[in-house]
Amino acid sequence: MKKLLILGAGTGGTIMANKMRKTLSREKWDITIIDQYKTHYYQPGFLFIPFGIYKAKDVVKPKSDFFPVGVNVIYSPIERIEAEKNQVLLDQGVVLKYDYLIIATGTKTAPEETPGLKGNLWHKSIFDFYTIEGATALAEHFKTWEGGKLVLNIAELPYKCPVAPLEFVFFADAFFTERGLRDKIDITYVTPLPGAFTKPRATKMLGELLDEKNINIIPDFNIAEVNNEEKKIVDYAGIEIPFDCLISIPTNMGDAMIERSGLGDELNFVHTDKHTLQSEKFDNIFIIGDAANVPTSKAGSVVHFMADIMEENLLCAIQGRPFTAHFDGHANCYIETGYGKGTLIDFNYDTEPLAGSFPFPGIGPFGLLKVTRMNHYGKLIFRWIYWHVLLKGKEMPIEAEMQMAGKKL
Amino acid sequence: MATKTFAGVSIEVNDDGYLVNSTDWTKKIAADMAKEEGIEITDTHYEVLNFIRTKIGNGENLTIRGIGKSGIVDIKGFYKLFPGAPLKKATKLAGVAKPTSCI
Ligand SMILES: Cc1cc2nc3c(=O)[nH]c(=O)nc-3n(C[C@H](O)[C@H](O)[C@H](O)COP(=O)(O)OP(=O)(O)OC[C@H]3O[C@@H](n4cnc5c(N)ncnc54)[C@H](O)[C@@H]3O)c2cc1C
Repeated sequence: MKKLLILGAGTGGTIMANKMRKTLSREKWDITIIDQYKTHYYQPGFLFIPFGIYKAKDVVKPKSDFFPVGVNVIYSPIERIEAEKNQVLLDQGVVLKYDYLIIATGTKTAPEETPGLKGNLWHKSIFDFYTIEGATALAEHFKTWEGGKLVLNIAELPYKCPVAPLEFVFFADAFFTERGLRDKIDITYVTPLPGAFTKPRATKMLGELLDEKNINIIPDFNIAEVNNEEKKIVDYAGIEIPFDCLISIPTNMGDAMIERSGLGDELNFVHTDKHTLQSEKFDNIFIIGDAANVPTSKAGSVVHFMADIMEENLLCAIQGRPFTAHFDGHANCYIETGYGKGTLIDFNYDTEPLAGSFPFPGIGPFGLLKVTRMNHYGKLIFRWIYWHVLLKGKEMPIEAEMQMAGKKL
Repeated sequence: MATKTFAGVSIEVNDDGYLVNSTDWTKKIAADMAKEEGIEITDTHYEVLNFIRTKIGNGENLTIRGIGKSGIVDIKGFYKLFPGAPLKKATKLAGVAKPTSCI
């Protein structure tokens, strides 16, 4: 029997387990997936929790609901990959051999990277919403908060779901307006980027939205520390920003297991060929999702597009053929803008987000770089699609490769 | 494409003043550019510039964190050497492309 090992059973690992079990013969291939936890979190739902739109129970399901028949599942921390020996060590000395390995261990927040962030005020006046604990603590805090300076800070690039912090401040504007508190709250968006986003047209459009909603933006800010006593964030150039409530997007890092395995960069993201998704060092290792160091967004939609490419290329590798699929960095993000509306961006490594309609040229139903009610429904429906279509590795009516039809240059 | 004269030699630069051909770079050009930015160039500056040129030459990602881990300066020191927008200034003086952030 040949062995395919999948490390991590989040979005990417689960999709690949489903796809490869369909593609690879059961007589010849043994597939095993490993994760430390039994619960699958719908991470995009974390954004809705602080504003009482979702509760914790709305974003969790057992991981076991999504594994296909015929895949071995192991719940255990992964200690290390020994790529030279084609083996993976779990804790307590368990060794698993593989012919092919898929790394899907994602990224997580590392607040300890910023001095003072995880200090006295952590989950009292300083919150994150990238974890279930942070999102639910913040929901409690917002229930009774009477206002002041609300500061959102992005610690470092890259961070997953690059639009989530923008959505957060748009939601906060609507949430506190509806509660009649908006005039008591000053909202400031503090980012290491030179503007609201990276690519010119999206930056302009999103920057104007911030302005329209009376949200201040402070760009080019690289946080050095949090001063808990005086409640302010300080950057390396010495700029200080006071807060009453700080929302932090802490440094995002790959799992420490990647570092222990000697496969990662400074932030423990795995060195990955951005077009083939193969490891730059080992031919029988492939990387999907947030764990890869490819220069596109770390997002569920990207994971979904990568999965189509990886399925094809993994087969090429197994059958000793040259790679036929080519990942273009395609990302597609719905952005909540508050008041039941949203916008949508679609882009790849080379083409910035453009205006137009999606996914059907001229028809939509979704509008690119436009604020519409339909785009908001797109985001809400995404949760259903995520649980019922995406994780199961089923076909969706969206091409892995970005399309230019329906877009305005 | 514009050109600019450094140390008596005319060199191609883009709209932001970055060298078009990284191979045109010399220490003298870096020193002239530094003067324009109000920076008095030192050996430590050159060490950082060389580090950046090597990283980019190897096709690697350049980040403030990476420079902080270079063993030459920490991040605070990097800000002192190239005040204001250190990564933008340092890449310019190193004769490599302006860093594009991707998220
Ligand atoms: C607040 C928020 C909002 C978001 N909104 C959106 C959105 O609107 N649209 C969108 O497309 N995406 C969104 N995302 C991003 C999306 O959720 C992620 O990009 C996606 O889930 C990444 O999938 P992955 O498989 O790479 O990693 P994950 O799904 O995070 O899975 C990684 C798995 O690996 C396991 N693991 C890691 N290390 C080890 C180890 N050493 N031992 C054992 N197990 C290990 C973990 O337990 C985990 O289960 C959002 C994310 C957040 C946090």
